[in-house]
Amino acid sequence: MSGFMERLTGRVKLDGVFAVVAPVLAVVFAGLVTSVVLLIAGNSPVDAFTTLIDQGSTPRIIVLILNTAAAYFLSAVAVAIGFRMNLFNIGVDGQYRLAALLAAAVGGAGLLPGVLNSLLVVLVAVLVGALWASIAGLLKVTRGVSEVISTIMLNAIATGLTGWLLTADRLGVLNGNAIGTKPIPEDAHAPGWALIPGTPMEVNSFLVVAIVVGIGYAVLLNRTRFGFGLRATGRSEPAAVASGVNVKRMVISAMAVSGAVAGLVGMPELLGGSYQYSLNFPAGLGFTGIAIALLGRNNAVGMAIGALLWAFLDSSSNALQILHISKELVDIMKGVIVLSVIIAYELVHRYRIVAAQHRVSRELAAPAGTEGAAA
Amino acid sequence: MLMAAAACGGSDAKTETGASASSEPAAAKAKVGLAYDIGGRGDQSFNDAAAAGLDKAKAEFGLETNELETTPGETDAQKEERLRLLASTGFNPIIAVGFAYSGSVKKVAAEFPDVKFAIIDDADATGPNVSNLVFAEEQGSFLVGAAAALKSKKGNVGFVGGVEVPLIQKFEAGFVAGAKAVKPDIKIQTKYLSQPPDFTGFNDPAKGKTAAQGMFDGGADVVYQAAGGSGGGVFEAAKAAGAMAIGVDSDQAKTADKAVADVIITSMLKKIDVAVYDYLKNFVGGNVKAGESRFDLKAGGVDYSTTGGKVDDIKAQLDDYKQKIISGEITVPQTP
Repeated sequence: MSGFMERLTGRVKLDGVFAVVAPVLAVVFAGLVTSVVLLIAGNSPVDAFTTLIDQGSTPRIIVLILNTAAAYFLSAVAVAIGFRMNLFNIGVDGQYRLAALLAAAVGGAGLLPGVLNSLLVVLVAVLVGALWASIAGLLKVTRGVSEVISTIMLNAIATGLTGWLLTADRLGVLNGNAIGTKPIPEDAHAPGWALIPGTPMEVNSFLVVAIVVGIGYAVLLNRTRFGFGLRATGRSEPAAVASGVNVKRMVISAMAVSGAVAGLVGMPELLGGSYQYSLNFPAGLGFTGIAIALLGRNNAVGMAIGALLWAFLDSSSNALQILHISKELVDIMKGVIVLSVIIAYELVHRYRIVAAQHRVSRELAAPAGTEGAAA
Repeated sequence: MLMAAAACGGSDAKTETGASASSEPAAAKAKVGLAYDIGGRGDQSFNDAAAAGLDKAKAEFGLETNELETTPGETDAQKEERLRLLASTGFNPIIAVGFAYSGSVKKVAAEFPDVKFAIIDDADATGPNVSNLVFAEEQGSFLVGAAAALKSKKGNVGFVGGVEVPLIQKFEAGFVAGAKAVKPDIKIQTKYLSQPPDFTGFNDPAKGKTAAQGMFDGGADVVYQAAGGSGGGVFEAAKAAGAMAIGVDSDQAKTADKAVADVIITSMLKKIDVAVYDYLKNFVGGNVKAGESRFDLKAGGVDYSTTGGKVDDIKAQLDDYKQKIISGEITVPQTP
């Protein structure tokens, strides 16, 4: 029998048509709720949705969606690695910000030429992310501290630390009213390609990195011993121990791998957009990742679709304001999607249990048991 | 630059309508686009000051306007896109509120050379079509710092900053210098509500209230807030403690919630409304000046307010400091 949390984080598989039906239903339902909100506010839902889609299909916005989705997806994968073994890494946010700041400082120093410098930046980011996340893993293993609490606290510490480091007499360079790290030299910028016809804007190479990480995640989880240990520990610790998994080591390494991927989250922006860590560096991507991991049920393809959907909503929402519709509408939509996906999966799950019970009871010509319904 | 603009123009049908609309500046009905900083219209402070200037110009010159808001934690690419959207749908001029738009204004202004841009609080984004509207916040803050010290009975005052960024540190530096000019041994408590990149400190009244409460409990009786939308919480705390508060950017004795407005003895006026209005007036008149316009005490760009008459008794002393700053006798520091 499976618990609600296990179904929520995708450790109970919904196969075939149900895996697709549930999220589609959720998005449609979110569209309906948003329409009602629009009508109450006196706006036309048709106008709003056509504007979103019109805007979202312009070449410029498609590029922006792809580039934004890369970061969202990396963040979702980082969260999902923890989710799969029942670890809630709420700390992706702090991990990627601290990693990006230190990596930006190293990159800005220009210790190595060209591509080597970009690789160094990525390496530093991955290491910092992994180390910062391992603190939570260590605390859990040695002192039994819940990783939910410790990662939230580490987020706050990371914020304080980055604020302290990003001052003029440490890693920051004051520039008018803005402060940021020394910009990374041009030869170390990540390459981009003008893939989308009709705009000179470039799709950043971190999209490729995100795809590779996504494939790596699927392979790691389903085809390796580490992945087996991860999933086994997530489902049942005693069973994992019985099959020879060192649970303590798994906790630390899962947090470290999750943190390493979290370290990558800031890289599309750092090496492909801002080239420095400044006051403007995007915050909150870690929480976006949690929503997308839930939406995609920790499945690589599901999360990719979720990341694209989120990026689409974020990137085309500006156009709503041209129609004098508040862009908070998009936040309402996102919230409803996450909630209704969770509810839709639960409904589908219960429907299947009931259907199975009916089938069994018909076959046995005996009264239906009630055990299943309690799940 | 022209190449980039041409490439953009060819890429997007909408850009071309934008370019043709902008080829006749100072048209009878200019379309003004305004991009807000975090908090947006309704923060009773920084963004509202810009909105006030826009509203005044709109009423006077019959402008068509549109205002776009920001999302906390967005990337520069998303800010750029907001400006591009305005530029490509025929808005000209475009006003960006806040230094957060520095990088994006610089980039997008180069892509749309026919569109005029203005940016508030930033002198870094320069270009032939960019006007930089910057303020001497430390000078105005010096005056309210002096007012706080003159009004404080306990010799203990407080400063609540929204986010610990160089811009807000200018407010702190001026306030501290002003208070110490009146009373060298005065006790000054300072607190910032959040650290970058967490910009919620500009938009979180609950945090502002807690911080100010702590200061009043710690013996302060006047608190100056430079925290944008969080300032409302500071006023609530002052009301509850029966103490005094100092507003920022707008004349907050007028703009703040009526229930708490009576605790505000004065406000540091940062006349963004004047800057925005003047800029639009110049635009309509066809004589926009690119480059930096500095609004300091001398230019009347910053000042202190006298609404409510609570600083009338010390007005002579404050005006004396004002003259000394204008004449250069006092130089106000920009960093704490």
